[in-house]
Amino acid sequence: MSYLEYNAKYVPTGPRKLLYLNWPLALLLIAVASIGFLMLYSVANGNLSRWAEPQMKRFGLGFFAMIFVAMVPIWFWRNISAVAYGISLILLLSVEFFGEVGMGAQRWINLGFMRLQPSELMKITLVMLLAAYYDWLPLKKISHPVWVAIPVALILLPTVLVLSQPDLGTAILLLTGGGALMFMAGVHWAYFAAVIAAGVGLVAAVFQSRGTSWQMLKDYQYRRIDTFLDPSADPLNAGYHITQSKIALGSGGWTGRGFMQGTQSRLNFLPEKHTDFIFTTLSEEFGFIGAITLLVLYALIVIFCIVSAMNNANRYGSLLTLGIAMAFFLFFSVNMAMVMGLIPVVGVPLPLVSYGGSAMLVLMVAFGLVQSAHVHKPR
Amino acid sequence: MRKSNNEKLTSQAIVSRRTLLVGGLQAGLIGVLGARMHYLQVQESDQFRFLAEENRIKISLIPPARGQVFDRTGRPLAQNVQSYRVTITREDTDDIEETIARLGQLITLDPALVAEARLELEKRRGDTQVTIAEKITWEELTRVAANAPALPGIEPQVALSRHYPLGPDFTHVIGYVGPVSDYDLSRIENPDPLLNLPRFQIGKTGLEAREEEELRGSAGTMRLEVNASGREVRELGRKEGKPGADIQLTIDHMLQNYVQARLGSESAAAVVIDCESGDLLAIGSSPAFDPNLFVNGISVSDYNGLIEDDHRPLVSKSVQGTYPPGSTFKMVTALAALEAGIVTAEDSFRCKGHLEVYSQKFGCWKRSGHGNVSLVQALRESCDVYFYELALETGIEKISEMARRLGIGERHDIPMSAVAQGLAPTKEWKREVKGEDWVIGDSVNASIGQGFVLASPLQLAVMTARLATGREVTPRLIKTIDGVEQPSGAGAPMGLNENHLRQIRRGMYEVINHSRGTARGSRILSKEHQMAGKTGTSQVISRRVKCDEVPWRQRDHALFVNFAPYDNPRIAVSVVVEHGCGGSSTAAPIARDITLQALYGDDPPLSEYPTRDHGRIKAQQRKLREMRPPVSGEEPERA
Repeated sequence: MSYLEYNAKYVPTGPRKLLYLNWPLALLLIAVASIGFLMLYSVANGNLSRWAEPQMKRFGLGFFAMIFVAMVPIWFWRNISAVAYGISLILLLSVEFFGEVGMGAQRWINLGFMRLQPSELMKITLVMLLAAYYDWLPLKKISHPVWVAIPVALILLPTVLVLSQPDLGTAILLLTGGGALMFMAGVHWAYFAAVIAAGVGLVAAVFQSRGTSWQMLKDYQYRRIDTFLDPSADPLNAGYHITQSKIALGSGGWTGRGFMQGTQSRLNFLPEKHTDFIFTTLSEEFGFIGAITLLVLYALIVIFCIVSAMNNANRYGSLLTLGIAMAFFLFFSVNMAMVMGLIPVVGVPLPLVSYGGSAMLVLMVAFGLVQSAHVHKPR
Repeated sequence: MRKSNNEKLTSQAIVSRRTLLVGGLQAGLIGVLGARMHYLQVQESDQFRFLAEENRIKISLIPPARGQVFDRTGRPLAQNVQSYRVTITREDTDDIEETIARLGQLITLDPALVAEARLELEKRRGDTQVTIAEKITWEELTRVAANAPALPGIEPQVALSRHYPLGPDFTHVIGYVGPVSDYDLSRIENPDPLLNLPRFQIGKTGLEAREEEELRGSAGTMRLEVNASGREVRELGRKEGKPGADIQLTIDHMLQNYVQARLGSESAAAVVIDCESGDLLAIGSSPAFDPNLFVNGISVSDYNGLIEDDHRPLVSKSVQGTYPPGSTFKMVTALAALEAGIVTAEDSFRCKGHLEVYSQKFGCWKRSGHGNVSLVQALRESCDVYFYELALETGIEKISEMARRLGIGERHDIPMSAVAQGLAPTKEWKREVKGEDWVIGDSVNASIGQGFVLASPLQLAVMTARLATGREVTPRLIKTIDGVEQPSGAGAPMGLNENHLRQIRRGMYEVINHSRGTARGSRILSKEHQMAGKTGTSQVISRRVKCDEVPWRQRDHALFVNFAPYDNPRIAVSVVVEHGCGGSSTAAPIARDITLQALYGDDPPLSEYPTRDHGRIKAQQRKLREMRPPVSGEEPERA
């Protein structure tokens, strides 16, 4: 969609754009992030400067980044989608060679002032590129095998790279998020049926290959699956995390044990309590009410995004918003399902709440894109 | 690139439709998450709350204070003293070497213990408290406490440890405590969880072991909040346990001290029993050792010294040692014969220096013979032939039965280690154990306490007390447990003919107080303290040369039993000196001194001794006084 076409309609310009921001969405983001600050303060046993304060600074920075990105016209972002994707891919490749190893996986590039996780970046830029691709692609070609193969390749390329780090969680998110976007763009449902069938076959193959020479996953990944399937089999080692996590959640009850009163988190029974498992602390200290409140806030964020996308006649903006909403949905639902013992433990942080710099920044930039699409939609 | 309006609308419709589908799926998944939350947090909440509590709370045992032991006058014999030590915890220490060096400037460190601590620090978990200095003084402890800020990870600790203030005097009676060993645990059916506490001590020997149940008490519990690594965070509450019961012994610590000092370096044992109540006033066994050495961990060289000593200091000879009673057994033979009605006290036998039984010759100690002897004279002069004759007529069964009635071959189960049963042999016993028939010579030997007869000093004292009172006196070691008086050992009359007993006692009286008595040298002069007794010399091996000319191990055992005062028996005493050669020369003087000490409760006046002994006795009293324990309360405080 060209600039001329926008000129035909009313598009806010200059500072007036601020008035057209999706403010309810912004407020929801602030609300969720605030819950995060509270929990980081709590898991640090009342130490503000340990996690809560840096997190606030990052969120502040992220919030300004969001506004900034929102002010830039959406067609600019559409035009650089391919470039952004390319840069992410190069960074992802460079992790293979220069990355720092943490928690048994190569994930970061040390930029000096911050440690960048290219896989985080890729989650957004992949959505950008796919949205731009389907904006460009005429509708009648959409289900043509060649035009389906291209986005599949665009998804699989980073997925394979991420998987080789190895980061199973992000790989699944990329695959699911990308797939969902293709589905929403209108690719014929038969492709998805075929992929799901193939996926089931792959899972079977993964389990069959265990212990053979062509074993497909690393041992620790298999162990995580075992742990998930039967946490009680090894409650002190591999199953420890999930068992303790469920105890923390369950002991919260309706109203929780009170702010900073959670024994599970305070006495260090919880693993990575400030990052991936922060939801357990929230659930322990604020109970079912606290947990469901966070879930509702997350759902509202997704809903606001979807509503914004449905009212956006601009196909790029609409698909981009939907793709980011989908990614966001996957982040929190995978994390929650993980700590509640519904799926195996994969390293996915709780968006906006878990302590972590690059994830927070990238997410806020993504919401900046959502805001930009909202501000610059044809009216 | 331009798209037609038419196409745009279609694409929007597809997006909307698919979005709703995906949105619906998302709503469904959110519903699943919410349902899972509800399941975990509402439905299963109680179970998880319980698990969380179980996670966080550790029940820890509080060891009870061990019961103390006192003598009959209330003097502490085994007590708990505070011992001070210093521990180091790795995870709280910045630089272990630096901290140890700084600690070394404050107190003197034992290099061996420090080396051991370094090893443990490496091996054990970071939050383990490792002992780096033990048995330090209060001053040293306060110095460490005052400098705590400069010593991260260092903690001064106060604990109770067992101390035996009178050390060697009571070592055989009370024994000692030590850390629980795997062997100890394996012997106990259902061990008290206390036993698994590190550094917990239980009784290993003597009263400490026998009365372990009473002394130990029961554990209290402490509810602690712990973190995931098991480190204590705070105390949530406690339930106090029950301290162990205090035990008061019947033993008088002054008399016990005197007995030990008087026995000196001899391999010997002595027992003093109250004839009235059966209270054991002293149970001496020498040589002794310091039980405190064992509490603190004895060194190998000290231990080997105790093991290799041929005087066997580790053995409590007064109850564990059994000896042929020799002539001290003659009262048993005599009483058995009198009670059986076979002889009367007036009946006499002729001693010509030996007795021939079925062409086997049994000699009297006096080769020239005693001539015609009746009971009193036979006891007084210890004529062997007289008792041979009695044995031939009375038979071993009656003699052994009398021995058991008088307490020989019966186990007096006082709470000390390995109390011996002794032996009053019977024909049946010999068949079963030796696989041989009883021969007449066995009876002859038994009549004078040789052959198979075995008695412990305790049994000899009990025998003497029973002869003195005619009642079934049983020894009592514990006066009170937790303030509760234990049953008296006074015993009921044994139903022995008082006239027979009087004859026996008369004989025993003359042993000491008659001009021809075998123990005349050890008499007591004052009428109201005069004692009655019997010497005994039991052969270790047969020999023809004089006793003091053979190696120590081959010499005869010297024995002596007595009661006093003769008119009104209050105490009975037995003394056994291993390889002491002569009952009258070695054992009797010791028994006499002990008797006087017991009757006076202090050093007796010299007027009780024959004049020619005064110089020697005076010197002896002075020497033994130096070994007395300090008056109660004057003992210096121990760290």
